[in-house]
Amino acid sequence: MDILSLTVGQEIGSRTFHFTRDSLVKYAGASGDFNPIHYRDDFAQSVGLDGVLAHGMLTMGAAVQAAVDWVGDSGKVIDYGVRFTKPVFVPADTGAEVSVTGKIGAIDIENKTVRVDLSASCVEVAVLGKAQAVVKF
Amino acid sequence: MVNPNVQGKKYPETEPYLVGREKIREFAKAVFSTNPINLDVFAAQAAGYTDLVAPPTFAVVIQERSLNAVLSDPEADIDFSRVVHGDQRFVASRAIVAGDELTSVLTVASVKSLGAHSMITFNTEIFDAKKELVSTAISTLVVRGGE
Repeated sequence: MDILSLTVGQEIGSRTFHFTRDSLVKYAGASGDFNPIHYRDDFAQSVGLDGVLAHGMLTMGAAVQAAVDWVGDSGKVIDYGVRFTKPVFVPADTGAEVSVTGKIGAIDIENKTVRVDLSASCVEVAVLGKAQAVVKF
Repeated sequence: MVNPNVQGKKYPETEPYLVGREKIREFAKAVFSTNPINLDVFAAQAAGYTDLVAPPTFAVVIQERSLNAVLSDPEADIDFSRVVHGDQRFVASRAIVAGDELTSVLTVASVKSLGAHSMITFNTEIFDAKKELVSTAISTLVVRGGE
């Protein structure tokens, strides 16, 4: 892919993720974040939440896959930041669907980098803010 | 309230963390990666890496270990049950690969109050065995004030 062929605003593709309680348990083990709000409804409710919610870092880690798929090499993502704006509740029976789309936000020809702006939503509500991944070309 | 005096405090270097292939595979699957260089050693080598490449957010595993030092520091006085993740960023000097031996140093970049809440930002610098900077993880936690 040639950086000169890209344009700001261009869509880079999308990914949809189905988060289940299994996904949360796998992410807890993989990351070492065993906060019980991510797998126990009784505990989540005891701290004032409606129920179990996904790790923000799971949503962040999954969302960037849209950019990784586009560039084909995860090692080319040199800078990635997000703001956690809304929780993703994951009911035990249905799970939750998180949709991610990305488009090119900026192109820096001199430094050979492209900023991909990601949007992640669950039931039409944005769950990440200012999700930006800088890709090295 | 988080103690504002911990702003600028630097915590001791963590013990070395050895990045394993199976840990990378486990993490990659957990974040729904289908990128072959995260999952297949030959694909990673064909792409020019020495071994499996960790996904972009893998550095959180290292950050988690250094954060534990702050969360258990009586001086910082952080009530973990009131902590919400505000934002997160990773700035990579290079990709983390299997076989890396990583240490980290955490610095409290800022402590701010926002009404009854506190916002605390940490910078975790992650170094390889040659003491070269691999990645910086920047995390802001919001500690909710009492009702």
